[in-house]
Amino acid sequence: MLTYTARRLLSLIPVLFGMTLVVFAIIHAIPGDPAQVILGQRATKEAIETLTRELGLDRPWYIQYFDYIKSLFTGDLGTSLRTRGPINQEIWPYLAATLELTGAAMFIAVLIGVNAGIISAWYSNSWFDYTAMILALIGVSMPIFWLGLMEQWAFSIQLGWLPTTGREDVRDPITAITNLYLVDTLIQGRPDQFITALKHLILPSVALATIPMAIIARMTRSTMLEVMKADYIRTARAKGLGMFWVVYKHSLKNAIIPVLTVIGLQTGLLLGGAILTETIFGWPGIGRYLYDAIGYRDYPVIQSGILIIAAIFVFINLIVDLLYALVDPRIKYNQ
Amino acid sequence: MNKSMRMLLVSILAISMFLVGCSGKTNTATEGENGSASEGGSKKDTLVFARGGDSTSLDPITTTEGETFKVTENIFETLLEYGEQDTTIHPGLAEEWKVSPDNLTYTFKLREGVKFHDGTDFNADAVVYNFERWMNGDADKFPYYTMFGGFKGEEGHVIKEVKAVDEHTVEFVLNRPQAPFLKNLAMSPFGIASPEAVEEQGDNFRSNPVGTGPFKFVEWKQNDRIVLEKNQEYWQDGLPKLNKIIFRVIPENTARLNALSNGEIDLMDGLNNSDEASVTGNSSLQVIERPSMNVGYIGFTVNRKPFDNKLVRQALSHAIDKKSIIDSFYGGKADAAINPMPPSIEGYNESIEDYPYDLEKAKELLAEAGYEDGFEMDLWAMPVARPYMPEGMKVAEVIQESFSKIGVKANIQSVDWATYLEKAAKGDFDAYMLGWTGDNGDPDNFLYTLLDKDSIGSNNYSYYSSDELHDILIEAQTESDQTKRNELYKKAQEIIKEDAPWVPLVHSTPLIAATKDLQGYKPHPTGSEALTHVEFK
Repeated sequence: MLTYTARRLLSLIPVLFGMTLVVFAIIHAIPGDPAQVILGQRATKEAIETLTRELGLDRPWYIQYFDYIKSLFTGDLGTSLRTRGPINQEIWPYLAATLELTGAAMFIAVLIGVNAGIISAWYSNSWFDYTAMILALIGVSMPIFWLGLMEQWAFSIQLGWLPTTGREDVRDPITAITNLYLVDTLIQGRPDQFITALKHLILPSVALATIPMAIIARMTRSTMLEVMKADYIRTARAKGLGMFWVVYKHSLKNAIIPVLTVIGLQTGLLLGGAILTETIFGWPGIGRYLYDAIGYRDYPVIQSGILIIAAIFVFINLIVDLLYALVDPRIKYNQ
Repeated sequence: MNKSMRMLLVSILAISMFLVGCSGKTNTATEGENGSASEGGSKKDTLVFARGGDSTSLDPITTTEGETFKVTENIFETLLEYGEQDTTIHPGLAEEWKVSPDNLTYTFKLREGVKFHDGTDFNADAVVYNFERWMNGDADKFPYYTMFGGFKGEEGHVIKEVKAVDEHTVEFVLNRPQAPFLKNLAMSPFGIASPEAVEEQGDNFRSNPVGTGPFKFVEWKQNDRIVLEKNQEYWQDGLPKLNKIIFRVIPENTARLNALSNGEIDLMDGLNNSDEASVTGNSSLQVIERPSMNVGYIGFTVNRKPFDNKLVRQALSHAIDKKSIIDSFYGGKADAAINPMPPSIEGYNESIEDYPYDLEKAKELLAEAGYEDGFEMDLWAMPVARPYMPEGMKVAEVIQESFSKIGVKANIQSVDWATYLEKAAKGDFDAYMLGWTGDNGDPDNFLYTLLDKDSIGSNNYSYYSSDELHDILIEAQTESDQTKRNELYKKAQEIIKEDAPWVPLVHSTPLIAATKDLQGYKPHPTGSEALTHVEFK
């Protein structure tokens, strides 16, 4: 397994290298001049030319690319054209915000999705099955934008249970250490702030969880249905095992592999694709950081941001692959 | 089996109870907090101001972007200040000023006893330092040149020299008279910074600003919050009234309103016109209007066929129903624009009549121009919302519909904002939608900046070039008698109306919502203002 992991990690290098090239090519192919955007509507032609030169954007693309790669090897992600800040320092708070949100969303999605899928499969063609699967269908097709605003309306304005936007009560701000606020508040021994942070996390993570939850539920149901037709399950049931043991000890282990794949892919997707949720809930995450950067043609931020998301995506998939072997001992990676 | 099922249900129930429990607890916490603010006798003194986007820098000279100025207006002060809700000129850090008869020398008497937030003195040397810093910059660093004609040593540069006469007197010597010079000095970018802090911070000054304003900078967490606190040493006694301001970013207008309704914020800008009714219907909220200083328009690129023909442009001007656009997309909160600049600016020509919405007249003019069968064109719609154009795409659809009635087939196009501006500047559009918010409240900032032939390639996206207009605008730039200037600008508006390079659409009134107990907030037409007098009842 160790060799396998090492080999997979090594193979990351060409993948990420390829990513940089693709991203670089795409953002330089799209029209829109960063100098024009930075200087705004009030800029003169000369000013735009000067700035283009100073930003080094008038050089041939391959020189720009090699410079970028060179600084990447020294661990330098570049400087944002818009804020003039080093991306190394800028990006982490955004990334942490997104990790926290994605983590919470996937927790909800897996917990409810897998269990709803199991119950639906066990009681297939029952009222529960039908209701759950219709809800899943609605979940997959629900516009997050609308759902988010409805959540705010219902749970904040009408019921007054939860805050609408942001990560914290700004009147009592959380001191950032790791920028994962649930962790930070615990480190600082502030249970009140922990609760506040958790409360802020609920609405956006539920909104973000709907689609993966629905997909996971449907996937779990279909694989469980297959497994449950297997002889050994009939045997297990025949010898009088309770539903809980049959499902969680015998069936789930055999049904979970395709579900794991879906969970891995969905987690990766949420990392970069939470822009809508982050926008509605005023969540300062990486999706919005990138979205703003695209609007400003902030090349270094777009490049480095996508690179980091891609790296995490590949990592998650590696973890999923390793989990396969853990769940199913027949899978071996060492040959 | 039943037992297992029960276990599952119990665990689900436990989880939901945990979630509800959390929300219950936190809710009490919020109530307690609000309660202590209002009932405990201590007055609420922290303002949470939510807006749609973050600042790009907190050094105001480094940007032209409005979200920066909303914050920096509170940290920095300028030599001169605008009126509370207009662009007349009043004393700021300079108490009084003298202009030489040739309009080339301005002498400012500075306010004494003012200190920067870092404890250093505000004096003539500080003013000189700031101007030297800006004048010796370049386009990459400071958009200074957009208002003062370039940088030191460049041909068009307005300021020849800034010198300290004594500790509290500064003299500006100009290369050539600039009529809006005083108004320019009052603009947010020209806030005076502490020279010591600028030296010390270098490039980091943009995230560690130090000025003389009513509030001091505390913290900036990007895309999340900016915190300012009261400047205890502020030179105006008893001000500011608030103890702390927190600027928050909530990008979505409706979500921002939800946060306001839920008491998480106290003040928000960018209220949707369609949401106005729900705010006025809520007894704990109020709507505040920002005086308009903008224009939204449809421009024709006049060097492209058939828009090179004045009759065609006039015909299309007759074919846009501004009133129904305002009623549908601005909730009635906008004025139909007749001229390229808003009536709030002096020199506005009130005697000009608009091209009435008249499709028959439009058809006649088209026939006269030789297009009785109409033609096909591209109409570019703005991809982003701006106060003067909240819903570009929908407005374009209305215009498309009415153009179709006179036989003109308009194909609506759009592209992302960066590309849009670039293509517009290159003159790639047949007809396009754009707008402008004034910088300094001077007619020059609208007419010369947007429609003079000198501005082709930058803001004159219509490529409109009129020598007659150019002569008038240049004369107005150097004329110091405001009455004479106003006459010149009135004449300029007549020429523009006749040539019709644009269809001016609207001057919109941006809406702001706040909690009912907030008072003393006077939004400024330039889009940013110091919150010095704001307080809670």
